[in-house]
Amino acid sequence: MADRNIREGREYIGIASISGPLVAIKGIHNVGYNELAEVVDSNGHIRLGMILESSEKAAVIQVFEGTSGLSVPETRVRFKGEPLHFGAGAEILGRVFNGLGQPIDDGPVPLAEKRMDVNGLPINPTAREYPKEFIQTGISAIDGMNTLVRGQKLPVFSGTGLPHNRLVAQITRQAKLIGEDTQFAVVFAAMGIKHDVARYFIRNFEESGVLEKVVLFLNLADDPSVERLVTPRTALTAAEFLAFDMNMHVLVILTDMTNYCESLREISTIREEIPSRKGYPGYLYSDLSMIYERAGMVKGIEGSITQMPILTMPNDDISHPVPDLSGYITEGQIVLERELDQRNIYPPIAGLPSLSRLMKDGIGEGMTREDHAHVASQLFAAYSHVKDVRALAAVIGEEELTPLDKIYLEFGERFEREFLSQDEYEDRSITETLDIGWQVMSTLPKEELYRISEEEIAKYYGKE
Amino acid sequence: MLEIIGQVDKIVGPVVHARGVEKAKMLDLVEVGEFHLVGEIVKLDGDRAVIQVYEDTTGLAPGTNIYSAGVPLSVELGPGLIGTIYDGIQRPLEKIRDTSDQYIQKGIHVAALDREKRWLFTPSLAVGDDVTGGEVAGTVQETELIEHRVLVPPTVNGKVTWVAEEGEYSIADVVAKTENAEGECFEVNLHQRWPVRRGRPTGKRIPLSIPLITGQRVIDTLFPVAKGGTVVVPGGFGTGKTMTQHALAKWSDADIVVYIGCGERGNEMTDVLIEFPKLVDPRTKRPIMERTIMIANTSNMPVAAREASIYTGITIAEYYRDQGYHVAIMADSTSRWAEALRELSGRMEEMPADEGYPAYLPTRLAEFYERAGMFETLEGKEGSISIVGSVSPPGGDFSEPVTQHSKRFVRCMWALDRQLANARHYPAISWLDSYSEYVDEISGWWQERSGGEWGELRRRIMDLLQQEGKFQQVVKLVGPDVLPDTQRIVLETCTLFKNAFLQQNSFDKIDMYCTPEKQIKMLQVILEFYDRGVEVIRKGANIHQLKKLEVYSDILRIKFAVRNDEIEKIDKIRDKLGRSMERIADMFD
Repeated sequence: MADRNIREGREYIGIASISGPLVAIKGIHNVGYNELAEVVDSNGHIRLGMILESSEKAAVIQVFEGTSGLSVPETRVRFKGEPLHFGAGAEILGRVFNGLGQPIDDGPVPLAEKRMDVNGLPINPTAREYPKEFIQTGISAIDGMNTLVRGQKLPVFSGTGLPHNRLVAQITRQAKLIGEDTQFAVVFAAMGIKHDVARYFIRNFEESGVLEKVVLFLNLADDPSVERLVTPRTALTAAEFLAFDMNMHVLVILTDMTNYCESLREISTIREEIPSRKGYPGYLYSDLSMIYERAGMVKGIEGSITQMPILTMPNDDISHPVPDLSGYITEGQIVLERELDQRNIYPPIAGLPSLSRLMKDGIGEGMTREDHAHVASQLFAAYSHVKDVRALAAVIGEEELTPLDKIYLEFGERFEREFLSQDEYEDRSITETLDIGWQVMSTLPKEELYRISEEEIAKYYGKE
Repeated sequence: MLEIIGQVDKIVGPVVHARGVEKAKMLDLVEVGEFHLVGEIVKLDGDRAVIQVYEDTTGLAPGTNIYSAGVPLSVELGPGLIGTIYDGIQRPLEKIRDTSDQYIQKGIHVAALDREKRWLFTPSLAVGDDVTGGEVAGTVQETELIEHRVLVPPTVNGKVTWVAEEGEYSIADVVAKTENAEGECFEVNLHQRWPVRRGRPTGKRIPLSIPLITGQRVIDTLFPVAKGGTVVVPGGFGTGKTMTQHALAKWSDADIVVYIGCGERGNEMTDVLIEFPKLVDPRTKRPIMERTIMIANTSNMPVAAREASIYTGITIAEYYRDQGYHVAIMADSTSRWAEALRELSGRMEEMPADEGYPAYLPTRLAEFYERAGMFETLEGKEGSISIVGSVSPPGGDFSEPVTQHSKRFVRCMWALDRQLANARHYPAISWLDSYSEYVDEISGWWQERSGGEWGELRRRIMDLLQQEGKFQQVVKLVGPDVLPDTQRIVLETCTLFKNAFLQQNSFDKIDMYCTPEKQIKMLQVILEFYDRGVEVIRKGANIHQLKKLEVYSDILRIKFAVRNDEIEKIDKIRDKLGRSMERIADMFD
């Protein structure tokens, strides 16, 4: 170890080759895999890089800020002997950083109480606390049918042009636990999004007066794409500090994960790795899981990390590798549907493919209301039948439908217009949401509500 | 014990290339670098070796030493396995947590079995007995439920020269000594080690004949699996693979359950850890944790350990099989294991086959599934291993390599259907795409319990479902009204069957587990609804009259309303059905 420490001060002049964002260097001392390197160009400007491949006296470095302007003989390289670290502290709240965790808001470098490896470590499953505290978002489609709980990772699967940003902004404005006033924070990581999208979120945080509780990590569309690969990791490191060291409840927004995956594919291709589906590397699943799994709650610690990644499905295709692999790791998904959006229904949350896996433990008596699980299940079943009836009506015409199926069509219409649809600034309580659910369901005859108990029907059916 | 066997030359993610390696064998366990990261030799070429490392290689530098004790990757087998949660290479996660914070730091070495704990050992051998490997040397009550039979390791034989007295021993203690004809002396400890990649020796295979009862109606009645059988459960995300696996781990009537969480979510393992100690097994009335062993290698843990986790799990299962137990393995998900193979193969720059998977994927799958089966143990008892492997096909497309190859080596498939899951019809097991080749083999067991009726009941309902599938195609084109009521009764019976029988709520206190007896009775009522319905329709009744019957909703609610210990109530509903139908019939007579 001592030997390595001395060598860390050394600077090597001249590199072997440059290819895209990758720099190969030879004739060096042995450096550790995944550790940090400083690459200095001829003007003395320092760029950070990470060691992707380490072998005897040689290494391949991925340069975060890109390689433009670097030359083979004049570039100097220093090795730091440790992976990228983020200096976390209470002062990071309200600040803006780049993807590497360097402040970019003209303020001073915040005081680091703890230097943390941005790669994180897997949480021991025996140390986890199972998430089950209901978060009320005030949005019926989420609270009623795809309930979010504290410590969950629930992504928004969207498409270009759909209002995912408005939806997530509304969630950050309205999200709260019933009957609790706790320490919360928002960590916002932007990966390859446009300047105006970032500005939209910042303005939104300002308007709701939470900006001093937000930590921003911005890697915008025109910033180096390789930096995108560490942006979510740096952001989650900050979130882990706030949650597990400062006992805060942290909501992490990662947008847009599709851009992150594109960068990963870019690097993989340059390294000539064997691709799996659509050119994405075979380790995309493992790589994504190391981001998504950094959510949750830990026994004996007050704080929590709730993740809400946004990703745009290329061509609205949910079976594309990025949404597909995400769906296998996250605890459900909120899917936005173009058809609903075109019919001017906001939020256009698709009824059937959306899902919250942790819903079952966060709802019911004492948490939301005793009929919640059955109402949600019945709404899903009935709405699924509506879809079948609509398909049938498209073939044979509405006139030919059975009387019951016509009632279902009416139910479907009311469900979309009254339950799903709400104003961007409308904050519904869970009781309101469930009551609207019952009003809509009361369109159907009682016998059709086979997932609901008789007592619940007696109590709520047909009540206005 | 550990010797330096070479130096690190190059690091590519979880794959480490070594040089200067002379004294190493394939699949030897090694420790790499200054952190002593655990790894396994997977390739030897002259003095060079390729090592897959089971921990994160961040910070590992070329030139550092590689150590080995010259033994293959093995698991510790002995009392104390049950109720424990291990990572992919059998490190106990609870012990790891005692030594550090909420994170799993790297380079932690913790013994799999507790060295301190003392177990009450009762010997069953006597001095002078002739023993061979696989015989029971004595017993330890491992949990209230499980008597742990301490086995003579397969490599040991000869005459017993010494046996420990009944008393408390730790797992490192010697409990018997033997000497064979060649004068070789052996010691039998309370625990033994076995390399994970080699199946444990056993007696001959026994034909399968007993179903693995799961308490899940769609499985037990429509697509049953035999004890010793293999099943594959493919399904896209959100279709309920893990839910199905959890239900099986909770309710299947295996003696021991090994649950392998392979590359899945951390919270799912936490869920198991919190829920299982609270759940009571309907047969033994003991917490189901007392028969469960968990292997958790979550998706964000190192990928190479994910590859090993499947083997760790099945070797533990074989050990209990050799004691004469029926073991069920839930492997969730085998796709993540296959992907780990793909990732390691890619990093070793091997030539890829289908979708980047290595060409040896089918061989590995076959080797794994063939470790299942019903066997005569070396001691002459019966023991079995059943494997339920879930598959996560990309995009829910079953034509991908892992699903396709798995189907070649298993005899039962529960295909999870996206449409059913979207309608929240759980378990979302498709009745049209799933199949079981075990039906004939286990039908004897069911016939005995149903007065010889089961085979016919099952055949008839399957037949109705097939007919319904055809009629639905017509309905999709022209609507249900054009079908004659004799055909609509098929549709209605199937709807009733789906809602009242196939759909099962795993969170409902009564519905979560359904005994075979209750399943038979429910099936009888539903088919009686069909038979009597056809009768009255022939007489002139119409389909709406049947649906309006009060008894129709009674049948729908049997699953929630009738407890497993009061199934005679179903007979009353059946009587009521008979009376209602007679009343309708009377109107037309």
